[in-house]
Amino acid sequence: MPDTSVSAQLRVRVVYLARLRDALGSAGETFALPADDAPTVDSLVAALRGRGGAFATELAPGRAIRFAVNHRVAGRSQSVADGDEVAIFPPVTGG
Amino acid sequence: MPVRVQTGDFDIGEEIARLRVGDRGVGAIASFIGTVRDVNDATTITGLTLEHYPGMTEAALDEIVAEARQRFDIRDALVVHRVGALVPGDQIVLVVVTGAHRGAAFDACEFVMDWLKTRAPFWKKERLPDGERWVEARASDDEAAQRW
Repeated sequence: MPDTSVSAQLRVRVVYLARLRDALGSAGETFALPADDAPTVDSLVAALRGRGGAFATELAPGRAIRFAVNHRVAGRSQSVADGDEVAIFPPVTGG
Repeated sequence: MPVRVQTGDFDIGEEIARLRVGDRGVGAIASFIGTVRDVNDATTITGLTLEHYPGMTEAALDEIVAEARQRFDIRDALVVHRVGALVPGDQIVLVVVTGAHRGAAFDACEFVMDWLKTRAPFWKKERLPDGERWVEARASDDEAAQRW
């Protein structure tokens, strides 16, 4: 039996791209979230924002940011699972 | 191979020849090339660096081409997008669509570019005489993509 007295965590790989990578000073990191409250892209962003500093500014509500989960475009309500890769990036400007 | 991401340049003649070879049903070939301008928002641009998200980029382009095939009566389609450091005049992106008739080929070519502009994970950083800046997305690109 797993020890249920400790709240389970899931770990996601977070990738920051383009202007966000520059602004946050990081290309990515592994980030742990509580597994018991059905984490979503939005709850991940809220947790990152809670660090303050550039994370609070760049990920503030209303800022134009986009997401991908496991290399597919995702919305804020998409759930995230252990081992997922979540990319956070500005609106794309290719072509 | 319908989509490619590469640092090197491309030759539209070679790409079209390869795409249409062996298909006698082709009656129309539409193409688009995007190139680096030397000015943007009234500022002189000395170059561009194009970044992408390896792993997602090809899949996103594949999806756009698959969507074009579903929506338009076309024979084949090709997207080539460059990444890395470019200078004004350089080619950035190529879209080629073959079809039996021009209408679907023109439409599919424009559709692929409009969707690529808003869905494919590429970002441009401009080099200016006095520094660098990330290019901001344009609302007009969203509007163009929403037409379809």
